[in-house]
Amino acid sequence: MKPLLQSETFVRIAAPLAVGVVLLAVWEIGCRLGSIPVYLFPKPSDIFASLIKNGPSLLRALLITLRITLQAFAAAVVLGTLIAFMFVQSRAIEVSLFPYAVLLQVTPIVAIAPLIIILVKNTQLSLTVCATLVALFPIISNTTLGLRSVDPGLASYFRMNRASRLKTLVRLRIPGALPYFFGGLRISSGLALIGAVVAEFVAGTGGRSSGLAYEILDAGFQLDIPRMFAALFLITVTGVLLFGAMVGLSKLALSNWHESELGAEA
Amino acid sequence: MNAPLPSDPLDAHIARRAADRPPAVEVLSAEKIFANGTRALAPIDLTIAEGEFLTLIGPSGCGKSTLLKLIANLIQPSDGRILWWRGDSGQVGQDGRGLAFVFQEPTLMPWARVDTNVRLPLDLADVPRGKADPRVSDAIARVGLSAFARHYPRQLSGGMKMRVSIARALATDPNLLLMDEPFGALDEFTRNKLDDDLIKLWWERKLTTVFVTHSIYEAVFLSTRIVVLAANPGRIFRTMTIDEPQPRGQDFRDSARFAAYCRELSTWLAEASLPSASGATP
Repeated sequence: MKPLLQSETFVRIAAPLAVGVVLLAVWEIGCRLGSIPVYLFPKPSDIFASLIKNGPSLLRALLITLRITLQAFAAAVVLGTLIAFMFVQSRAIEVSLFPYAVLLQVTPIVAIAPLIIILVKNTQLSLTVCATLVALFPIISNTTLGLRSVDPGLASYFRMNRASRLKTLVRLRIPGALPYFFGGLRISSGLALIGAVVAEFVAGTGGRSSGLAYEILDAGFQLDIPRMFAALFLITVTGVLLFGAMVGLSKLALSNWHESELGAEA
Repeated sequence: MNAPLPSDPLDAHIARRAADRPPAVEVLSAEKIFANGTRALAPIDLTIAEGEFLTLIGPSGCGKSTLLKLIANLIQPSDGRILWWRGDSGQVGQDGRGLAFVFQEPTLMPWARVDTNVRLPLDLADVPRGKADPRVSDAIARVGLSAFARHYPRQLSGGMKMRVSIARALATDPNLLLMDEPFGALDEFTRNKLDDDLIKLWWERKLTTVFVTHSIYEAVFLSTRIVVLAANPGRIFRTMTIDEPQPRGQDFRDSARFAAYCRELSTWLAEASLPSASGATP
């Protein structure tokens, strides 16, 4: 057995963890030494205490945000993939529509969110629409790129064997596009969460169906800064977990053949 | 030393075969001019008998790959015709006359295991799994990779990948095998090993093969006939028949006759590359 310090898995988990612990310690000690008041900049211990105290309400908010995020992510994956398939059918379609996909991407969501919230009656739905718009572009652009990046040798092999369009798509284009698609998923999952939180901020919804952004706004109004940070912490953790899930998914699908997932031993 | 070099393309052996059966491939005044005006091939006439191992060799730009692609029906001649078994080349595969093409690169699907890669042409032709699988394992066994059927291409060496590519060609049970510098990217040792195996496969099946190479040694070792092409425009410069006992092995490579063939072919290639050789035929 290898010594623990030389094990790659151990280092990969322990090293960032150690950095985190050091940072938290510096933060905690710095706040204590400088006697910084809680309402200006809370200590990690204050944030943790608030997380426990406001657990149920924060958790409820988290579930709402998470639901919007996952709905938006799913919608972006389905829509983005369909659009990418449409794009690769003909250059004409791609050339005429791609600028609008870019337009969608560069328009700040805060600018159009109010419009969407007014137009769509259902709050949940309007927030999902906003988050979808944010998460859509990486899926479209990556999947399109992937579907186009066909090995020319294999492409002519398929042509020589008179493979139908459908067979070429299923057996050649789709498997070849998977690494790009998963790259898109990683970016998009984080963007869906950001989109959901930003849309919640703009909507500023009260009442029962209010997510983590509302918790942050509400805590800000009440100068309950530790609760603000606690909500922020939950958003961050959710984002990291989503990213991790996408990495795992990509590993599962590509580990056998694609360079990006072969690891250090290959 | 130069005595055993029959250079007549209508060597008696070939002529006898051609008389018995229709030729596998006939290139009839086929000419290729690309869209940009480049004249890749001047009108070419070439008859390939069934069971022949014919090699195309020549300086770069002589159109040997273009000629191979014309024969494969991958591109269309600007003028003239290509016949397969006296039929139109557009109808290949419709009456059991199958064709397989092996590229310079293995062109395997990196996401698929060896057996799936070999099954690809059968899958594309909608051959049911029950019928396809025995053919796939047979083809993999023929190239000596049975132990690697469930491996991914990235786990194989360059030579093994090329073997998979050849197995994929054999799985379709072709009548005509076309190979475009298939071992060009491999080291000499691996190349010789694959040449040995290829000539055995060819001999077992009497598979009509058209082979493109840059290697004089490879051409002499494998071929029953070598066609030397010259460039500007691409045309047949000379043909050499290698009438040697089959199947050939290392003893042929080590023989004085082998060296003589190589020397002669090398001289021809040098002549074919001379500027004076160009433009000799309008």
